[in-house]
Amino acid sequence: MYEWIWRMLSGGPVAKMCTALVLAGMTAAVLWYVVFPWIEPYVLFDRATMSP
Amino acid sequence: MRVCGELGLTVGGVLLLLCAYLIWGTGGYTAGRQAVLREQLQQPPQPLSGGSRRPERVRTGEPLAMLRIPRFGEDYRYVVVEGVDREELRAGPGHYPGTALPGGTGNFVLAGHRTTYAAPFNRIDELRRGDEIIVDTRDTRYVYRVTETRIVAPAEMSVIAPVPGSPGRRPTRARITLSTCHPEYSAAQRLIVFGRLDDRRDPDR
Repeated sequence: MYEWIWRMLSGGPVAKMCTALVLAGMTAAVLWYVVFPWIEPYVLFDRATMSP
Repeated sequence: MRVCGELGLTVGGVLLLLCAYLIWGTGGYTAGRQAVLREQLQQPPQPLSGGSRRPERVRTGEPLAMLRIPRFGEDYRYVVVEGVDREELRAGPGHYPGTALPGGTGNFVLAGHRTTYAAPFNRIDELRRGDEIIVDTRDTRYVYRVTETRIVAPAEMSVIAPVPGSPGRRPTRARITLSTCHPEYSAAQRLIVFGRLDDRRDPDR
């Protein structure tokens, strides 16, 4: 999978590395700001209130 | 085989990032909300229609008081908001609607996160009998002292009764109860800290 992405990138090794880092950063940002806030309510490890 | 390995590594990395988000990312959100709430608390309360000067009811999500616990250091201060639903607890410790107000006869019950959203109640297991819990409202400082710490099941509703442990009994004293999850990173039980009002004075602002 990663090898396939690597082959898809254009340019020399340095340019490929830069593009790969930007892609990884974008993926992390989408996870951090969009996906994680959305799934956070379903992660049940910090319930502070009493519930009958 | 190779794809499986790469997939496994990816899932592992995403899970690690999720843990980092829950512990640090959510704290940043709470810090922002607390800054706004602190400013709101310093402003005089908005007059409610009907003209009552001291509203007995605070609307959900609004700041109620400043909570300080000297054992956790001078910097430990959180604005308590009204309400204990998900949205309110993301902003800071929340006050159970319908329970006593700060200093009032009955039980002033608060809930707060233990590990996420700045984890205001992370260390309340370290509280010992006699420790001060200070609640500053706009015009009065209430000093409660810890009486007891207990670990209970999440359904043990009697801890938030006006007289904790004796639901239905009429309260004669002012108490405070803090609730958070237990053990850390779990929702299996609740850690409860009880306290009793010891003193009330003018806040030295």
